[in-house]
Amino acid sequence: MALRGNLRDFTISQLLNLINLANKTGTLVVEGPSETAKVAFRDGKLSYAQMGQEDSSLASVLHKAKKLSSGQYKSIQQHAAHISDKELGLLLINAGYLSQDDILTDLQQHFTDIIQRLFTWVEGFFHFDNDSLPPDDRISVRLDLENLIIEGSRQMREWEQLQDEIPSLDMALKFTDRPGTNLRNINLSVEEWRVVSYVNPRNTIRQIASATKMNDLEIRRIVYGLLQAGLVETSRFGGATTMAPKVRVFPSEDKGEQRSLINRLITRIRSL
Amino acid sequence: MQTVKMVITGPFSAGKTEFIRSVSEIDVVSTERKISSASEKLVKEATTVAMDFGRITVDDDLVLYLFGTPGQRRFDFMWEILSEGMLGFIVMVDSTRPETFREARSILEIFHAYAPTPYLVAANKQDIKDAWDIEDMRHVLRLDTKVKLISCVATDRDSVKAVLLELLYSILSEMENGEK
Repeated sequence: MALRGNLRDFTISQLLNLINLANKTGTLVVEGPSETAKVAFRDGKLSYAQMGQEDSSLASVLHKAKKLSSGQYKSIQQHAAHISDKELGLLLINAGYLSQDDILTDLQQHFTDIIQRLFTWVEGFFHFDNDSLPPDDRISVRLDLENLIIEGSRQMREWEQLQDEIPSLDMALKFTDRPGTNLRNINLSVEEWRVVSYVNPRNTIRQIASATKMNDLEIRRIVYGLLQAGLVETSRFGGATTMAPKVRVFPSEDKGEQRSLINRLITRIRSL
Repeated sequence: MQTVKMVITGPFSAGKTEFIRSVSEIDVVSTERKISSASEKLVKEATTVAMDFGRITVDDDLVLYLFGTPGQRRFDFMWEILSEGMLGFIVMVDSTRPETFREARSILEIFHAYAPTPYLVAANKQDIKDAWDIEDMRHVLRLDTKVKLISCVATDRDSVKAVLLELLYSILSEMENGEK
């Protein structure tokens, strides 16, 4: 069903988080001001990316990464334009020129660079095409999104947006229960680790900010990144005196009567 | 006569008034005023300024009131008042307007802070072609798996009943868990 909208309403970080958590397979198409980006995912991991009409061939990627000289790149373009990236990769590996790891690392960096550029887009229609996969002749990778999401969140500057996302610093944080996520595999900055060390339902975000000597903007930025990556979630502050309603919820204090009241409501609603 | 109340909240034009209208035995009491903001006019013609108010008589001794909060943020001073003494609340979200999801998230957090009562989120307009998938909405709204996110069509009485019942089941469940 329609996963579509505008970057005015969703950041790229939020979209990547959705794709990551939902283990989506398909292609995210984002129409920017002057070009269209296509980013493919398999099971929630980054698989391939293409920015506009830029040359994303393996030869171009390796040339940009300075693994191929300009002469070699030109030669490949002239004489080997008909072979696929996979075939070219195998040729280079078999020739002992590059290793498989070299090729995958350069491709991952290239796709990561495209995502980094996307983080700067604040306007543009997007939609997710479940049926679209990377071209068969291109090499796919398998890149975890958590670090990309955190990096993207680091770049977020709009104070108003942060305030919207985290309206109150009097909430607490707790770690999410996501199997397979190991904090040790996530790359966090020193400041982010400092905040993580205080994550506890007994500590409000405000208290964490005070302990880590961060201002409102800094703590919101870090907490937002952790929230978007799905590492933490907000929770009601464990020690806080939640505002007791001045008006009683139930007419009676008796638990049995309260339960009976709810059952009467259920019976009545069912009969409507 | 005993009275209890539930609050229906959510962003502007999420379907709160229609939700209450579908099950209320009285005409939904709303204070209609002319829209003052041009952008709001684009979305719908009339909006409630004070609050929506609906009623379901359970029996001779018990009445359920449904209160709908005004959707615009400039009336948020009403939210705290309306949330006092509520059994639980429902956050309505328009599944076809993703630009309102962030607002819905914010409203949910504010109400949750007002009162530790059971709540659920109703993904309204699920009958419309452009509606977002429920599970995608869960991720974007950052809802814990324990939070009920229910498909809803606010103009359909059976759908509204189902949402109300789910909230009541949650209230009952919390009462039972609290006694253990």
